[in-house]
Amino acid sequence: MDPYALKTLNAERRARRAAILVTDLGDGRDRIVREGDQVAGDLGAAIAKAFRTGNSGSVEAEGRTFFLNAHLPQPRLVVIGAVHISQALAPMAKIAGYPVEIIDPRTAFATPDRFPDVALHAEWPQDVLSRQPLDGYTALAAVTHDPKIDDFALKAALDANCFYIGALGSRKTHAKRVERLLALGATADQIARIHAPIGLDIGAASPAEIAVAVLAQAIHAFRSRGLESKGAVA
Amino acid sequence: MENSIYLDEARDPLIIAEGWMKDGKDVAIATVVETWGSAPRPVGSHLVIDADGNFHGSVSGGCVEGAVVTEAIDVIDSGKAKMLEFGVADETAWQVGLSCGGRIKVYVERLG
Repeated sequence: MDPYALKTLNAERRARRAAILVTDLGDGRDRIVREGDQVAGDLGAAIAKAFRTGNSGSVEAEGRTFFLNAHLPQPRLVVIGAVHISQALAPMAKIAGYPVEIIDPRTAFATPDRFPDVALHAEWPQDVLSRQPLDGYTALAAVTHDPKIDDFALKAALDANCFYIGALGSRKTHAKRVERLLALGATADQIARIHAPIGLDIGAASPAEIAVAVLAQAIHAFRSRGLESKGAVA
Repeated sequence: MENSIYLDEARDPLIIAEGWMKDGKDVAIATVVETWGSAPRPVGSHLVIDADGNFHGSVSGGCVEGAVVTEAIDVIDSGKAKMLEFGVADETAWQVGLSCGGRIKVYVERLG
């Protein structure tokens, strides 16, 4: 392995950015491909798939055998609101492979007693997110219903290009939210990425069922990353 | 595997390999490139080895690491990468095998 490739790869991994180490198994030469880099042909198609699935493997292209080692950051879920839905969502998401952090400045809600075994921040989102910024491998679900708490986090999630952004509230509530986010400087295209009302439409009624709907929607968003743009090119 | 959002730098094989390299050590990197049947570690898993035989990470559940380390020291000396294949012990020429019944292919290369 090229020492420079290893350094580059580790730097990308430390920064929570996806990268693939492409090794020609014939001559041992390797290089790093970052997400968004253009690679042509069959190799390019295999690389795009590896970014989406996170699966490593060999691929035959141009008469050669390449090994693609996909290094995707650990996807995670940040929940704004230490509410009833979050109590169900946190353990479910953790089991599904999406570790959860919960942020809620209301200390009556954000208690370790209500949220055992979860990273819990009884602070304002702006304080937590300045220390641990959102990124493209983070999903954000805003479920407090309180604009004072949700709005900043939603704007931050749009700017960080979170792979999933959901916000609790009816269509009417969301229409008002859209106005506020526009006032905060978000564009209409950005705001269109927000899933609101939140969750897949499975007729969820209880807080735990809403949690299932939110988790399923977040997983769908994660596993279909990049498919929209591919369709647009074709 | 624990679900840390940041790298577990003290145990991450590729981070350790980079550290060894900075310390001026000769290093080999072994990578699982293919698996068939039941295999304990997924494709892409790493074992990193230095010239003294110290190693971190895993390419199996401890079944074949010893053999990979021996081969890796060879690879460090020669600079020539090797493709190793391990299966159940009686099906291959290797003295070690995977008791789980699977087969794995491990690519061993020198760093630099």
